[in-house]
Amino acid sequence: MVKNGLQLDDGSRVGVIGGGPAGSFFSIFLLDLADRMGMDIEVDVYEPRDYTRPGPVGCNMCGGIISESLVQNLAAEGINLPPTVVQRGIDSYMLHMDVGSVRIETPLQEKRIGAVYRGPGPRDLKEVKWGSFDGYLQNLSIEKGAKVINQRVDEILWEDKKPQIKVRKGEPQPYDLVTISVGVNSASRKLFSNLNFEYETPKTTKTFIQEYYLGEDQIQEVLGSSMHVFLLDLPRLEFAAIIPKGDYVSVCLLGEDIDKELISNFMNSPEVKAVFPPGWDFDAKSCNCSPRINIAGSKRPFDDRIVFIGDCGVTRLYKDGIGAAYRTAKSAATTAVLQGISVQDFEEYYWPACRNINTDNMIGQVMFLVTRIIQGQRIARRAVLRMTANEQEEADSAKRMSMVLWDMFTGSAPYKEIFVRTLSPAFLARLAGDLAISVTGR
Amino acid sequence: MTNGALGKVYQDGEVIICEGEEGHCMYVIQEGEVEVLIAGEEDKEIRLGVRGEGEFFGEMAIFDRDVRSATVRAKGEARVLTVDKKNFMRRVHEDPSLAFRLVETMSRRIRELGEEVARLQNHG
Repeated sequence: MVKNGLQLDDGSRVGVIGGGPAGSFFSIFLLDLADRMGMDIEVDVYEPRDYTRPGPVGCNMCGGIISESLVQNLAAEGINLPPTVVQRGIDSYMLHMDVGSVRIETPLQEKRIGAVYRGPGPRDLKEVKWGSFDGYLQNLSIEKGAKVINQRVDEILWEDKKPQIKVRKGEPQPYDLVTISVGVNSASRKLFSNLNFEYETPKTTKTFIQEYYLGEDQIQEVLGSSMHVFLLDLPRLEFAAIIPKGDYVSVCLLGEDIDKELISNFMNSPEVKAVFPPGWDFDAKSCNCSPRINIAGSKRPFDDRIVFIGDCGVTRLYKDGIGAAYRTAKSAATTAVLQGISVQDFEEYYWPACRNINTDNMIGQVMFLVTRIIQGQRIARRAVLRMTANEQEEADSAKRMSMVLWDMFTGSAPYKEIFVRTLSPAFLARLAGDLAISVTGR
Repeated sequence: MTNGALGKVYQDGEVIICEGEEGHCMYVIQEGEVEVLIAGEEDKEIRLGVRGEGEFFGEMAIFDRDVRSATVRAKGEARVLTVDKKNFMRRVHEDPSLAFRLVETMSRRIRELGEEVARLQNHG
């Protein structure tokens, strides 16, 4: 493929539409790398949300889990998440099924998963004690030199083969590169329907998130620093989790056509009731939302001088969306600074990162299919519970099932790696043994 | 705010890594300070330096297969995050620029060691 020589140079201007994690990571890494290369690049980030305001105006609607692998990668990048932003460090998972519950401890007994709010917190937040995760990253991008423009983008125009960004009542601003990092829930998506290239919006599905105020002390007492995950035999429910934050807990449901009936069946199940304080009133909820998540990425999220990152490009299936935002943002930024900004550059250097995620998602679909089968078979659920519980009790035993479940729930490892581990003879032999015991009912 | 503190808290004097032991991870200091020590003659400790918030230690284990070259212990209360070798190398394979900061840190430490050698030779 012949390159057309489009490059960023000293004095180039980059416009970023969307100042969530993907947009902020992109700005941080682009400015950092440009600085290392001795280039002075101007970055404007268009983000209408105010991350100091609780509720929908400052929230990007997500479960708010920063995976173990992302926490480590960010630390290696010099981005250490402070306790003023991380509302709770997660050091274990409690797996709940109708056949029992088991605690899976973090491999190093260390808090390496962060529970955050994307904004400062739910609509009825009584006191702002923690900062917004998105706001924290936005401030880091500002420290690196990005300029945040608190306006919604009205239009993307093209003049002399260069993109322009127009906000309401503003003059179009020309850029050498426009990076799109809007979420799949964002109204900005309609901006791209008229663009003259092969951008196909990702396929999405609806999720459900509900917040409850319990207060810090009560959360510590009943949920502790464990994330609670549920594998229940409820039709259409793929996965459910209760995530303890600072003063609130987030209930997150993933599945097909999540509606009131499914939510009610989940909230009224004995496994969920057992996690909340005795006699808890489930109608005493704070805000809730039904955000869409990307389940099949865009097929070609780039063109000359334009690149889509994060949710509107390619993301991981069901898990670690912020980790995928980091990976795609970093890859797009390094491509833009070190290689170029033409469609060929993005195809050669940016697309492989997206393709890796897409390929891994295909294996993830198989893994979730197997999880669904386990959810529907009581014998299989008992075998999984038994194998995990035994591993957790035996200090020196290999934690094969525990690590498979840990990585599936946390999104810390690629699905391919988890899948390969489930094929090991030792894993299969022990699972077969536990299945046999479950069948005989011992 | 302590509920949101990521990593593990070590008390003053608590050993985080031990010279001569095998290592499979490096560490990033989230809060506080640690001191880096090596065993000198007659078990006398020689302090090589103090590392503070945001700094790495134990990074040699990421790149070589040798045992830990020094002992690191908390100087006051210190909160430290572990970075697994496997996770780090998997990510470096996809994005080599992740190693920039590490290479930068190691390069600075080599420079400091060179200056220290020169200083010792001048005094010797």
